[in-house]
Amino acid sequence: MALELKDIENIAHLARLQLSPAEKSEALSSIANILAMIDQMQAVDTTGVEPLAHGFDASQRLRDDVVTETSQRELLLKLAPSTDQGLFLVPKVLE
Amino acid sequence: MATEKMNDALKQGVADLARSLARKDFTSVELTSAYLDRINRHNPDLNAYVTVTGEQALAQAAAADKARAGGTALPYAGIPFAHKDIFCTSGVRTACGSRMLDNFISPYDATVVEKMNKAGMVMLGKTNMDEFAMGSSTETSWYGPTLNPWNRALVPGGSSGGSASAVAAHLCPAATATDTGGSIRQPASFCGLTGIKPTYGRVSRWGMIAFASSLDQAGVLTRSAEDAAILMQMMSGFDPKDSTSVDLPVPDYLATLDQPLKGLRIGLPKQHFAQGLNPEVEKQIRAALTEFEKQGATLKEISLDNSHLSVSAYYVIAPAEASANLSRYDGVRFGYRCDKPADLEDMYKRSRAEGFGAEVKRRIMVGTYALSAGYYDAYYIKAQKVRRLIKDDFERAFREVDVIMGPTSPHTAFPLGSKTKDPVTMYLEDIYTIAVNLAGLPGLSVPAGMVNGLPVGLQIVGRDFSEAQLLNLAHRFQQATDWHTRTPGVEGSN
Repeated sequence: MALELKDIENIAHLARLQLSPAEKSEALSSIANILAMIDQMQAVDTTGVEPLAHGFDASQRLRDDVVTETSQRELLLKLAPSTDQGLFLVPKVLE
Repeated sequence: MATEKMNDALKQGVADLARSLARKDFTSVELTSAYLDRINRHNPDLNAYVTVTGEQALAQAAAADKARAGGTALPYAGIPFAHKDIFCTSGVRTACGSRMLDNFISPYDATVVEKMNKAGMVMLGKTNMDEFAMGSSTETSWYGPTLNPWNRALVPGGSSGGSASAVAAHLCPAATATDTGGSIRQPASFCGLTGIKPTYGRVSRWGMIAFASSLDQAGVLTRSAEDAAILMQMMSGFDPKDSTSVDLPVPDYLATLDQPLKGLRIGLPKQHFAQGLNPEVEKQIRAALTEFEKQGATLKEISLDNSHLSVSAYYVIAPAEASANLSRYDGVRFGYRCDKPADLEDMYKRSRAEGFGAEVKRRIMVGTYALSAGYYDAYYIKAQKVRRLIKDDFERAFREVDVIMGPTSPHTAFPLGSKTKDPVTMYLEDIYTIAVNLAGLPGLSVPAGMVNGLPVGLQIVGRDFSEAQLLNLAHRFQQATDWHTRTPGVEGSN
């Protein structure tokens, strides 16, 4: 399962990260090293072990389905890079 | 005369300052001004703070002085401190060490921030950190590295290195911090401070910028266990806004600080005293352990059989959670957006490529890979199974012993730039601390010796929600030793 440059390109695309050719080759070697370190855990037998997602095996608490937030539209829109008439602006998606 | 009085004030911790302010030895405005002046002189060099909120601090201080004059001040009102720049602070830039959030003025306060505001504490500013808390040296920050006041050629540890450097150099008496794999305890060890990472769920994560949500926990860096107890009291407790917050009462941490240690059973994991541990550090840790024995505790070797797998499991789970958490930075609603995007995909890809630093991108990619189709079982599920084994090791140990002790870090602070080339070397920094996060347990680092003029930290790990006990043990140790009173001698602090 050796990591190849096309794997790095695929991961970078999935993560929506643009990488330069130099960054891609750096990522290939550093991520391969990290995966080699991670692969040490493959040596331990975990047959029948239940995965642990949370330190105490707790599940998410649910709250009542009622509105608790107040509208802060103006305040929050001010943080956006580009807005128009109360909407977030992004580059054109449809021609 | 006035200067001398304030120089003395700058040496006091939180507990002493509360008494001094109550006695009206000086006002909070005088104290806050003295701190701002000291920050002004030393921060350009140490780079511990990324934002100093002088005007706001003086206003908070004046309000505290007014309340005190009117007899309505809360016990810790008017005491200055700093927040790690991972906590959202309303109206103040909250950048999390990242270019991505360099322009982000938080529209709200984190629960921790709100609690400290309510107590009347005075925020001096926000401290530097590894970008999105991903690092063990505070070198991955967009704002440049923070230096260790004990020796400026060395790192302060990380990711809470700005908080650690600031507290050690007396640029504040205490600071908040966060710990996902060791980010409070390792800087505490490197800077000679008391640092506590409470049990997962003890302190609200609401408004604390997420790195790895099942591991992140907030705590404090202070110059004594007593100060840590005071601040933990203030920060802890159930928060309905954090769905992983635990609904348990918060005990009175100060009330049990002096409890005797007689009969305490201390476990020493043999894996934490093995190859890789600097022999001089080991000597200091062994000497510190005899102090606990003198007070009536017994030592017992234990085994955490799977501890050697904790770094491997962590570097699947933490990056996986990070890749999900950091998907929110898309250049649309807040944060950095690249210049002149050609289309939507170009905007996402370039905003994220330019907004994130190399280490953050690396971890996002590792996490994306671990979660991607075909690898999910081999990496993510496998790591969660190993996490169970690690948790089971602790449970087994706690049937025989009450607490676990050992070195916080295998060595003292290391030179700037010495581990940035090889990520795996940096990841192994957290070898003794990381399993504690995977198991959700509380951990504390306390100054326990010096090697070549640099501090060494002793790590104390307890059962779930045993913060009171950890603070008690650290306090008793500090009553018998003076390691926590050593200072790096930044002009005026010693």
